[in-house]
Amino acid sequence: MFAALGDKTRLLIVARLCDEGPLSIARLADGQRVSRQAISKHLNALSKCGVVRSQLAGRERIFELRTKRLAEARQYLDQISAQWDRSIERLRAFVESDL
Amino acid sequence: MTSVTDRLEKKTLLKAPQERVWGAISDAKRFGAWFGVSFEGDFAPGARMIGTIVPTTVDPDVAKSMEKHAGMTFEIQIDRIEPMNHFSYRWHPFAIHRDVDYSAEPTTLVVFELEEVTGGTMLTITESGFDGIPLARRADAFEANDEGWTLQSKLLEKYVSKTSP
Repeated sequence: MFAALGDKTRLLIVARLCDEGPLSIARLADGQRVSRQAISKHLNALSKCGVVRSQLAGRERIFELRTKRLAEARQYLDQISAQWDRSIERLRAFVESDL
Repeated sequence: MTSVTDRLEKKTLLKAPQERVWGAISDAKRFGAWFGVSFEGDFAPGARMIGTIVPTTVDPDVAKSMEKHAGMTFEIQIDRIEPMNHFSYRWHPFAIHRDVDYSAEPTTLVVFELEEVTGGTMLTITESGFDGIPLARRADAFEANDEGWTLQSKLLEKYVSKTSP
C-alpha cells in the first residue's frame, strides 16, 4: 500500500477524492494533464492496495476513498517512529553519560 | 517523487564524540546494553545475529516497560559496517509474537549514519522498506501514542481527517 501512494498523480487523485467526495474517472481526468487511461491505471493500483473502492452507478464507475485504511497506514508508521524515539533516548543516555 | 510512506528518518544530535557513538552502535555488546538485547558474537557485514531481548541498562523505568518482551528472540542481519559513519542491518519491525515464524516475511533496512558536527555527533537513522510489510503485521504496532506529526505525514493527515463510509 505504501508504494502506491508514492506517485504524484496518485496523491493528487487521493486529494481530490478527499476534498470532493466520490468521483468518476471522467471527473478526475477533467482539466488534468494526465489522460483518462493513466487515471484509470492509477485508480486500479489504488484499488488493489485498498486505498480506494468503486461502485458502478449506471454506466459510470464511481471511486471513493477508504479513509480508514489510510489512517491505519499512518498509525503504523507513527508507532514505528515512536519506538525509534524511545530507542534514540536510550542511546543518548548511554553515550552522553559521564563514564 | 519517492514514497512518503516507505521510509522513516530520524535525525538527532548526540553530545558525544563520534568515536563513542560509533562504538555504542557498532559493538554488539554496547549496542545491546542500551538497546536492550543480548547478542551472541560480534557484528560483521552480512552476519545473521541472533539475540535475546533483555531489559536496557540505561534506565530502570524503561527497563521495566520492556519486561514483557524479555526472553524473546531478536534477530537482525547486518548489512554494511563502514567505520565510523555507516552501520546498517535488516530486521522485522515489531516481531513481537513469540509463536510466529517471521523468517518468510519481508524485512526493513535500518541505517545509522554518523557525522561529526559542532557540539557532538549528528546521528541519522533511516528505516525503509515498509511497502512490503503485510497488513496483518501493522496491527501489532498499535499502542496509545501522542506523538506529534512529522512534516511528511501532514500530507496524509489531511486525507484521513475527513470521515467517510
